[in-house]
Amino acid sequence: MVRPFLALIGRDLRLAFRGGIGSLVSVVFFIIAVTLFPLGVGPSLDLLERIAPGVLWVCALLAAMLSLDRMFHDDHEDGTLEQIALGVLPLQFVALAKAIAHWLTTGLPLVLAAPVLAVLLNLSTKGFVILIVSLLLGTPILSLIGSIGAALTIGLRRGGVLISLLVLPLYVPVLIFGVGAVEGAIYGFGERAHLLILAGGLIVALVLAPFAAAAALRLSQE
Amino acid sequence: MAASPHQFDHPARLEARALGCVRGGRAVFQALDFVLDAGGALLLHGPNGTGKSSLLRILAGLLRPAGGRVLWNGAAIRDAVDDYCSQLHYVGHLDALKPLMTPRETLGFFAATRGEVALADEALERLGVAGLADTPGRYLSAGQKRRVALARLIASPAKLWLLDEPTVMLDLDATARLEALMGEHRAAGGLVIVATHTALALPGAARLDLAQFRPTAARRAIDGAGAALSFEDETW
Repeated sequence: MVRPFLALIGRDLRLAFRGGIGSLVSVVFFIIAVTLFPLGVGPSLDLLERIAPGVLWVCALLAAMLSLDRMFHDDHEDGTLEQIALGVLPLQFVALAKAIAHWLTTGLPLVLAAPVLAVLLNLSTKGFVILIVSLLLGTPILSLIGSIGAALTIGLRRGGVLISLLVLPLYVPVLIFGVGAVEGAIYGFGERAHLLILAGGLIVALVLAPFAAAAALRLSQE
Repeated sequence: MAASPHQFDHPARLEARALGCVRGGRAVFQALDFVLDAGGALLLHGPNGTGKSSLLRILAGLLRPAGGRVLWNGAAIRDAVDDYCSQLHYVGHLDALKPLMTPRETLGFFAATRGEVALADEALERLGVAGLADTPGRYLSAGQKRRVALARLIASPAKLWLLDEPTVMLDLDATARLEALMGEHRAAGGLVIVATHTALALPGAARLDLAQFRPTAARRAIDGAGAALSFEDETW
């Protein structure tokens, strides 16, 4: 059970690695989108500092969504998914492995790029650590919820647009508590509660999202 | 060619009882029965749209039948899907080969998803593509991809082979290799079910004409409209 699980994650990472720049689309989008804000709203450091947590989180949200449609689509198209479904790994764990691989190739690079972009936006130094912690807790939730949307839109042409409609409303709580944690740290009204809620959300998503995604995958095999 | 080193110990039996299939609201076949014992082969034929691919997907457990049951050694496959899946290989229309992965990696990966270690070299050797073991999938021709897909059969042993149009894209050499492999597999106690339109040497294989199991209403419609009327594509 563990070996097939790791084999699936390992294969996805290998494919992403070999995919070259195509696999970095999310993080490149993140960098470009955040960079547009200082150009758009002007170089006022006060204003940038005020909007920094929100801009970083919103852009991370959109960037994480960008690569969702590829999570199951390619495997479905070339018949790999039905072979995986015939393997020993239950579909819940297939979905979980896919979400983990998505986070490692999308979420983690976003977390790593965020501190650099935070400097660009003049984020208060008090918020740096909490920004990283909140992204570390929040981006896996984005991948897990995203796996449900990706599985539901699997056989559809132009499924990417539909995924955003399905998934973005569900991303709102992550956005609220993610930004809340960073602002809490900056303005001194505490970040603990927000981070705990994000952690709780992560646990719930870890347990429930694979089951929902597996149900959708089962439908797609029909 | 040497006999397959793998011998299956327990005799196996696959049974279909009163199977029915509905696709897109249209009944494809109904009341389909067959029994296949260890060492046996079943050749599915019939015009396009009579449900050959659907039947194979049902037998693989990928598609739920509209009625009836599939029994493996007397037990319904629905009740022990995981155990059943590990005993079968399904090779469908899609080759499941990534442009960025080599045949060796592909076979290794699929064996890993079955909890096994791939006999990749042997498998590729038997299909005559040993020299391509480390060539990324995007450089392979359609026939070579097909050979790699069929190499899955050898890379990790399984009792039941479900092959959907396996000879499409294959040249004569590969077809002969596949026939030899199927012969060895059956001699070792394996079961083979093949849907095909081309001539395939399967000595002693039972034949199942799916056109016979067409629901009467649909059959009337077809007969009335003449033989030229083609059904929908069967690949779904």
